[in-house]
Amino acid sequence: MLTTRTLAASIAATAIVALTLTGCAGGAAEATGTDGSVDASTATSISAFGDLAALEAAAIEEGALNVIALPRDWANYGAVLDLFAEKYPEITITEAAPDGSSAEEIQAAENLAGQDTAPDVFDLGLAVALANTDQFAPYQVATWSDIPDALKEESGLYVGDYGGYMAVGYDPDAVPAPESLADLLGADYKGKVAINGDPTQAGAAFAAVGMAAVQNDGSVDDFQAGIDFFSDLNAAGNFVKIDPTPATIASGETPVVFDWDYLNVGYGTQLEGERNWEVVVFPGTGYAGYYNQAINVDAPHPAAARLWQEFLYSDDAQNLWLAGGARPARADAMAEAGTIDADLFDALPAVPDTTVVPTAAQSEAAATLLGEKWAAAVQ
Amino acid sequence: MLLFLALPTLIAVGTGFVGNDGAVTLDTVAALTDPVVLAAFGSSIWLSALTAIVGAIVGALVCYALLGAAPEGPLRSTIDSLSSVLAQFGGVMLAFAFVATIGIQGMVTVLLRDTFGIDIFADGVWLYELPGLVLPYIYFQVPLMVITFMPALVSLKTTWAEANATLGGSTRSYWLRIALPVLAPSFLGSLLLLFANAFSSYATAAALTSQGSQIVPLQIRSALTSETMLGRENLAGALALGMILVMTIVMIGYSVLQSRAARWQR
Repeated sequence: MLTTRTLAASIAATAIVALTLTGCAGGAAEATGTDGSVDASTATSISAFGDLAALEAAAIEEGALNVIALPRDWANYGAVLDLFAEKYPEITITEAAPDGSSAEEIQAAENLAGQDTAPDVFDLGLAVALANTDQFAPYQVATWSDIPDALKEESGLYVGDYGGYMAVGYDPDAVPAPESLADLLGADYKGKVAINGDPTQAGAAFAAVGMAAVQNDGSVDDFQAGIDFFSDLNAAGNFVKIDPTPATIASGETPVVFDWDYLNVGYGTQLEGERNWEVVVFPGTGYAGYYNQAINVDAPHPAAARLWQEFLYSDDAQNLWLAGGARPARADAMAEAGTIDADLFDALPAVPDTTVVPTAAQSEAAATLLGEKWAAAVQ
Repeated sequence: MLLFLALPTLIAVGTGFVGNDGAVTLDTVAALTDPVVLAAFGSSIWLSALTAIVGAIVGALVCYALLGAAPEGPLRSTIDSLSSVLAQFGGVMLAFAFVATIGIQGMVTVLLRDTFGIDIFADGVWLYELPGLVLPYIYFQVPLMVITFMPALVSLKTTWAEANATLGGSTRSYWLRIALPVLAPSFLGSLLLLFANAFSSYATAAALTSQGSQIVPLQIRSALTSETMLGRENLAGALALGMILVMTIVMIGYSVLQSRAARWQR
């Protein structure tokens, strides 16, 4: 006898089975692949395809590209994405989770493995890149030799794409111009200084503590000096614990922001006319960081992913990142060859005398230290 | 019920027993004794307890005041509907409402500063730290209390009050000996609900406090999505286990109190 209960139960069971099968079917469809001649997912350089035209054809046949965690206002990524869409209108770009962190990108790749919506490419902080190399497929772009050795992994698992110095942005109408880190402890900055996130979670905030460490007579080996600075800042009542965004800057809640120089410059451009915004990289020792490109080893669109990499390391895209205030990885080689946009390059904030970039071991030690000490220090 | 409640709980808690290499280990659960994690549990518990107690008392008083209004009248029905909406008004919307009202550039803050010369943030901006969470939490605790406690107050029969009066009792004896014992089980139940509500609340805290995950849901977020401290995803499972443990202890305490209160009803 078909009671309502049995009917409801069987409908539910059928729905569950149908959904599971769709998931399996989606996975199975990927295994058949698109083009028979070149297996894009194992190509390690453009020579596997022959030339750029062949790569473009393979990518256009795939017809889609999934990117993740690329905010449009981050180092001018909006313009980069638009230029790619303009050059290859047949490739539909799906932008997922623009405000995601690097860790969330890897998690998305793991959770969506085998599905059509898995991310094809990543843009990661160095720590996350180093920890997840088995998620990447090695690929060396055509302009590989232009990229400094310090910025790339030798087989091409991940490559530095753009970077910058940790800087302090400020509203000149609300606070006096800080000339050194110690200035920020003064009474003029009461309740006004913010950093971009929590250092135990976000790379930009981690770098802020690192910059404070090297500027506060500490070093990249020991972030304690940086933690002490923020502890003093908090005790003076100057540290405000909001996540700064263009909205909080426009409303005047965060007149002083520790962030990457290209992001700070980006805020200024975005709020032109509404708020004045200046950016300063403190002299002496500068703390620099590069983000890294990587291709998902299980990318649903491997040829499109590789085409995207070739595009990003071409002169056009590198200059677009420069327009966003970031230092592109090929900057020095392009400056020599004369292909870099000289005006923008000269307009970048002055490089401090010394630059430090923490190694993997130093980052890990610093992260452990922050995990233990940060929460209590800024209580 | 089993599928949507027990299974996800088991999976989430199960990850707490698995180490980074996939083998079953107790190390992740042992990480719960880390002072930072213990401090987070402490903060979570006192925040939930404080907002639950304040919410319960204020809510109970609101219910008592509403008893005097006509049951189907405009005041009662308005408050009822308003409470149903406000009890769910948590998360980002609530955080934004508070930022817009008493944030650094909030309407009330600026008004107090410019017109009355009172700077509520003179000792530092407290809204974005743990004390700043108390007000938003109470904001959704009180309506929740009103919704859950009103039926209990309504069930207090007027005949009991009359019986108390005819037998020579006072208001004090009515409340102490009749009303409170009858109301105690539902009051404690609502208090427990408010505690659980505040303890597991994530969105409001995530939207307001950006530094130093001081409460357990924020610690779970940090363990899962941190860019700088990697390989701690299983800690999230252990933290979930810890939260379930706390709730179990609270529920045991509740059932003990319940059985004592129920003695009055035998």
